[in-house]
Amino acid sequence: MLKRMLSGLGVAVAVIGAVALTLVLPWMIIGALVMLLGLWLALTRMGRLSGSVTASGMATLPQRWGGASVVIVGIAGVVGVLVALLAMASGYQATFQATGSADRAIVLRSGAISESSSNLDQASVMLIGQKPQVAHDASGAPLISPEVVVAASLSKKGSGRDGSVTIRGVGARVWAVRSGVKLIAGRRFTPGMRELDAGRGAVREFRHTSIGSSVTINGQPWKVVGEFAHAGAHDSELWGDVNMVATAFHRGASVQSVTVRLTGAQAIGAFKAALASDPRLKVQAQTTRAYYAKQSKSMTRVIRVLATVVGAIMAIGAMAGALNSMYAAVAARTREVATLRAIGFRGGVVVFSILAETLLLALGGGIVGAVVAWVLFHHFTASTMGPNFSAVVFQFRVTPTLIGKGLKWALAIGFVGGLFPALRAARMPVTDGLREL
Amino acid sequence: MKYLHLVWAALRRRKVRTGLTLLSIVVAFLLFGLLESVNSVFGEAGHTVGSAHRLITISRTGLFTPMPISLEAQIRAVPGVEAVTGYTFFGGSYQNPKQVIGSMFAVGRNFFSLYPELKVAPAALRQFDATQTGAIVGAALAQRYHWKVGEQIPIKAMIYPRKGGSYTWTFDLVGIYHARSPFEEQDFLLRLRYFNEAAAFGNNRVGLFVEKIGNPQGASGVAAAIDALSNNSGHETKTQSDSAFAVDFLSQFVDIGLIMHAIMGAVFFTLMLLTGNTMAQAVRERTGELAVLKTLGFTNGTVLSLVLAESVLLVVLGGALGLGAAALAVHLLQHQIGAALPMMPVGGAIWLRGGTLMLLIGLLVGALPARRGMRLRIVDALAGR
Repeated sequence: MLKRMLSGLGVAVAVIGAVALTLVLPWMIIGALVMLLGLWLALTRMGRLSGSVTASGMATLPQRWGGASVVIVGIAGVVGVLVALLAMASGYQATFQATGSADRAIVLRSGAISESSSNLDQASVMLIGQKPQVAHDASGAPLISPEVVVAASLSKKGSGRDGSVTIRGVGARVWAVRSGVKLIAGRRFTPGMRELDAGRGAVREFRHTSIGSSVTINGQPWKVVGEFAHAGAHDSELWGDVNMVATAFHRGASVQSVTVRLTGAQAIGAFKAALASDPRLKVQAQTTRAYYAKQSKSMTRVIRVLATVVGAIMAIGAMAGALNSMYAAVAARTREVATLRAIGFRGGVVVFSILAETLLLALGGGIVGAVVAWVLFHHFTASTMGPNFSAVVFQFRVTPTLIGKGLKWALAIGFVGGLFPALRAARMPVTDGLREL
Repeated sequence: MKYLHLVWAALRRRKVRTGLTLLSIVVAFLLFGLLESVNSVFGEAGHTVGSAHRLITISRTGLFTPMPISLEAQIRAVPGVEAVTGYTFFGGSYQNPKQVIGSMFAVGRNFFSLYPELKVAPAALRQFDATQTGAIVGAALAQRYHWKVGEQIPIKAMIYPRKGGSYTWTFDLVGIYHARSPFEEQDFLLRLRYFNEAAAFGNNRVGLFVEKIGNPQGASGVAAAIDALSNNSGHETKTQSDSAFAVDFLSQFVDIGLIMHAIMGAVFFTLMLLTGNTMAQAVRERTGELAVLKTLGFTNGTVLSLVLAESVLLVVLGGALGLGAAALAVHLLQHQIGAALPMMPVGGAIWLRGGTLMLLIGLLVGALPARRGMRLRIVDALAGR
């Protein structure tokens, strides 16, 4: 009795340890382990025996496709949902990461957590531009872009329903400040005119944003004169002259933020210190990389937690399904297993063969799930409400890392689902097994 | 009903298998309950007690673009409008910049009469009218920061400085309101009059108007009349029903519904396959027993319904446990971790949908095995053919 309890405890510890190990271990080590296993199968007597028993077991799979498909589909479901949700989080994060860079700084009022909660007067903008860490163009003008961000309602292309688009009022030198933004058609807006350049993502999402059309904002027409592309969040924005946008939205003379191009990435420390030591300024600076990473953090975390919780709940279901199927498979093969044991095969060989079969099925399910997620969701374009209460267009990204993570989950589920039925098969008294019909 | 013990015995025949199948059904319906709880925040948004009688007016330019408060008097004069109030988004943080109070609004004095679903004591309301720096907050928000009525609460404003340049506003908490779910008890409401007097900018402009209308059937006409007031001015408006406004606002976060339904689809497809497989196994194993039942005089119809009853019982049992677990989980999450979670309590509507789904799945997965049981020929079955 005590022995049985102890061995039960041992199995439980082994299961938890193996699952934790699978989820934590990098693929390099898992690959090495698989190689070792392959060598063992090919080179040792025990290994060759295990291999042939596994193969003969797998040969009966077509007769119990019902059970096998439960394992595969169940695990495919878990992996598919997990990978799709994680792809959404990583796509969102990547969009914001691509928006920032290390040698651009954004200056906000001190205490403000985002552009929409910040405001700076014209005097501050001047002072910020005079700091020595700010880069200058050929004509000697400081590379700064005073900006305001407002949201406007435009009707969406698909549904016709109103959605919010970010209109960013930018300084005349913004093209040099944010050099990641490339004009792909048309021309730049003329300062002092009601003209806009539209991001590619915004053009795809909203009506009346292609070159030549005009967008009506507060009863006044704004002409779209150019289209630009950007790898990050600016792709979903419309850009116009900062003074014109501020006037149209009753913002007065103040702006919300100033983005500056620094002389180099190492200048940020000195720039921060220069701003802090100026008694006329109440502002704070950070690199745009740090700023945009912060803006996407909470949303990314929410999606990741959601993915893990939903995935874990589904994994329990898939595990129950796998256990059920494998118990049934073991029951169906009772006589076969007992015969093997009677002619001298060890219990370990039986455990190995059933475990290996379940892991292979699980891996198959994981691959199916990952492929489905990849086909349906890779580069799937979605839009969501960004930090400025307006649309951010982003693409799901099904990366190899995410697929790897999904496959690890699949293997962990398969391991638990196969281990207990395998142990039952190995522990069954041979005489009982042989009598079974 | 008299065969219940027979169905029950069939389920207990293989305890491990029944238990595992039950577990996966429980899990599927747990997930169903949780996702529906999130989904109904979106589905039921705007479908509250007063909502049919409510219109929302925002700037045509976009949400949070301020409109002049003078519009309020004009809107009040529109036929069909019974009451109107303007309010504006304030926004601030408490104690440290991380503790953002997301839904903070400066509201007019009759705000609560337009939102009858927010319950507040009349005495607190009088106090709110009489105190310049008064504030009323939702019960869940007050609980989160341990605020008591009578307390002074310093708030660091996100956007608006006071005249003189300070961003710190101090409010006197005069009352606490209650709503249907903790999710709706997150608002921090201050007086629009105080805001207009004390703010350095943004005064006398509001972000939204809410109108109460007498007759919901006439809503579109009233909305058009309100928008006509500002036609061709620099501040055109867009008026829509409360629910349309909520749908517009929420649909801007990724298409939540689509993703939820995709997940549920994956879960239930797996569940059907799993339960169906279990039932098929169960019937195949019991071929002999079913034949004996038929020999004893059970009709084909009875055998059919016995097997169907077994699968329905299994799914309903697991489903009820799962939905119960979901209800408990939502309750615990909201009261222990954060009431700000966008979740509605698992209520009657979700139970009804869940129950229908249970019956449907039970019948569907039982159908094939049951037909097999019904068509069984006694002689063949007893002979083991």
